[in-house]
Amino acid sequence: MSALVVLIVVSMIVAGGFLGLFIFSVKKGQYDDDYTPSVRMLFDDGVTNTDKQP
Amino acid sequence: METIKQGSFAKEVLQRPHTEGRRETFYYDNAIVRNFAAATVIWGVVGMLAGLWAALQLVLPESLNIGPWFNFGRLRPLHTNAVIFAFVGNGIFMGYYYSIQRLLKTRMWSDLMGKIHFWGWQAIIVAAAITLPLGFTTSKEYAELEWPIDIAITLIWVVFGWNMFATILKRRERHLYVAIWFYIATFVTVAVLHIVNSLAIPVSFFKSYSAFAGVQDALVQWWYGHNAVAFFLTTPYLGLMYYFLPKAANRPVYSYKLSIIHFWSLIFIYIWAGPHHLLYTALPNWAQSLGIVFSFTLIFPSWGGMINGLLTLRGAWDKVREDVILKFMVVAVTCYGMATFEGPMLSLKNINAISHFTDWTIAHVHVGGLGWNGFLTFGILYWLVPKIFRTELYSKKLANVHFWIGTLGILFYAIPMYIAGFMQASMWKQFTPSGQLKYQFLDTVTFMKPFYATRGLGGALFVAGAIIMMYNLWKTAKQGKLLANEQAEAPALEKYTAHKGEHWHRWVERKPTPMLVATLIVILIGGAVEMIPTFLVKSNVPTIASVKPYTPLELQGRDIYVREGCYTCHSQMIRPFRSETERYGEYSKAGEFVYDFPFQWGSKRTGPDLAREGAGNNRKSNTWHYNHLDDPQAISTGSIMPAYSFLIDARLDTASTPGKIKAMQTLGVPYAKGFELEANKDLMKQANEIASDLKKNNINVPADREVLAVIAYLQRLGTDIGNNKTAQLK
Ligand code: HEC
Repeated sequence: MSALVVLIVVSMIVAGGFLGLFIFSVKKGQYDDDYTPSVRMLFDDGVTNTDKQP
Repeated sequence: METIKQGSFAKEVLQRPHTEGRRETFYYDNAIVRNFAAATVIWGVVGMLAGLWAALQLVLPESLNIGPWFNFGRLRPLHTNAVIFAFVGNGIFMGYYYSIQRLLKTRMWSDLMGKIHFWGWQAIIVAAAITLPLGFTTSKEYAELEWPIDIAITLIWVVFGWNMFATILKRRERHLYVAIWFYIATFVTVAVLHIVNSLAIPVSFFKSYSAFAGVQDALVQWWYGHNAVAFFLTTPYLGLMYYFLPKAANRPVYSYKLSIIHFWSLIFIYIWAGPHHLLYTALPNWAQSLGIVFSFTLIFPSWGGMINGLLTLRGAWDKVREDVILKFMVVAVTCYGMATFEGPMLSLKNINAISHFTDWTIAHVHVGGLGWNGFLTFGILYWLVPKIFRTELYSKKLANVHFWIGTLGILFYAIPMYIAGFMQASMWKQFTPSGQLKYQFLDTVTFMKPFYATRGLGGALFVAGAIIMMYNLWKTAKQGKLLANEQAEAPALEKYTAHKGEHWHRWVERKPTPMLVATLIVILIGGAVEMIPTFLVKSNVPTIASVKPYTPLELQGRDIYVREGCYTCHSQMIRPFRSETERYGEYSKAGEFVYDFPFQWGSKRTGPDLAREGAGNNRKSNTWHYNHLDDPQAISTGSIMPAYSFLIDARLDTASTPGKIKAMQTLGVPYAKGFELEANKDLMKQANEIASDLKKNNINVPADREVLAVIAYLQRLGTDIGNNKTAQLK
């Protein structure tokens, strides 16, 4: 089943890549603040289009 | 670092980053969003109409199959590709271009790349819409497009990704909001899936043979097929949900932490779940079990995400009652929850034994497709179009009408299909007290018709809703004016300074949840690594001496079978159940498929399994096949198979034979050296034999017609071991 080996290896590379990305992002402080981003995204309209804001 | 209590808005803190650093002015590109939005709506309606047409073909086969271009077998791939890649695809890009600029506080890195992305994607869709009806197909579900288009998809995908990463690099917002992580995962994984599953050997500009055969090909295909659902229909839409649901409700997502956990756990589990499409098939058992475990585990992150979405609206249900956009989104998220509950259940072997190959699967995907993808797209469109056109929605009333008939459409679609699927399975499996199969296959076909008709009604309602939306959005755009470049301001990005003296893993350790996730991942990868050596030792496909390569005529017939999309209605995979071995013959063995480039196991039994059509009790005369292909309803009263009378007129393209044999040799099929030069002689000999046999029954057909190749192929199916019980393994 060479295809199985191919798939497992490819899937592992993808998973491994994401693992690296995860560690990197934690290291870079991406998740230091796990609340503010969820609120900040509510205020991202352009200044010419703010008339719809509450 | 400030700690902010959940639930409090703490506006001063939020605004602080905006007061630090040098403020910069820039413009969001809304034109690209408008383009993708228009494409989403137009292709959505087209793709749904194609689906409606295909659905009604199963009710009125004689009037609605317009062969050869619009027979069911060619129309169904057109429908699936249109709704997945044209409707949902454009929907993804619409929401992505809108949100990523705002989340990163920057314009896209390159306007030109955005344009190339847009027009390139539309060109690919048009190419698909032309080539699929012409019968250019690989027969791999949701990857039917032939190799030149596959290459174009790869190039456009790279343009999309390049522009995305360049935009991320020039961002003014340090933190990548969770939606962006979902987009990144989508980009990376779809690229990998697409490339691996498209590996093929071209024989001509519009014909290629899959690089893998039989079981291996099936495995690659369903690894792809499952992950296409995961990374094209799910992760990008989760990204959209995490952006547009909070925006539409104007409140932060219930738990941002949960959304991060949702993301990381989902992507690590999803990629291993593919084998659940191949339970009870000739795929090795351990691979099936692996697929089941991961599929079942998927329920946890999926439901975490659904609950997170729904709880975002906690305390705002009065708003939901009034706001049609939120209504669409609530139904979408609920459907996501239903589909991701059902999916793991369908992966359990005993449930899969019932559901697989039936209309149950069709119901399942449409709860996801219509409910989750459809309704979320509609909600986003209603929210975003008025915004970029700086106006109000033209008619809230029409949007409400859309909501209700859309919802009715989903119900009228799903409920009959669930019943139909269940009844189908039970009729296939019932025996009389004397041990005979209770129903002929044809009985189950005619039984389905009222359900197919009701499903058609559901589909019609759903499309009608989409057309109303199209009108409503058109009017909205006309009454407003596109704000093509939306001015925005944000401070430049500051350098990130790590907390003094603190190592990241100490940070992780202090936070138990990310720690848990990381551990889980390590365990998963470790487990997989351990398994690999076991499988490297020996090949799992036992060779069966009596399995021989196809003759040239059979090979040509097989390619016509692929071209006509017979696999959209016929499986070629007999599972080891008594109800199947009684009906179709000895169950399928992995070794029987070693020359099948591509595999033709199929996924749906609208018609009977054909794996042993040429063997044992199933074997029919050439005349029967000829008449049946010419006019199925004349032979099988009440059949819903399209007529293939055009195969009688069409001349077989024998010029392609040598090239095909050579390609097969490259793939390792043991034709004798130099056989390609004699292949056509062999082909004509076999065709003449069939033609003269038909002549005995007063059917005069020249030996160079395609129909003879198809008959030769059908008569060959399953004969390698089906006629020769002693050759069977184990
Ligand atoms: C719309 C779905 C559909 C498509 C597409 C389709 N079929 Fe069928 N087929 C059926 C149904 C339903 C039956 C059972 C009723 C009958 O005998 O016609 C059937 C029956 C058959 C049978 C008889 C099987 C048996 O043992 O009774 C053969 C052979 C067959 N189809 C071949 C083909 C070939 C070859 C193609 C492609 C050129 C094809 N079918 C495309 C639906 C389909």
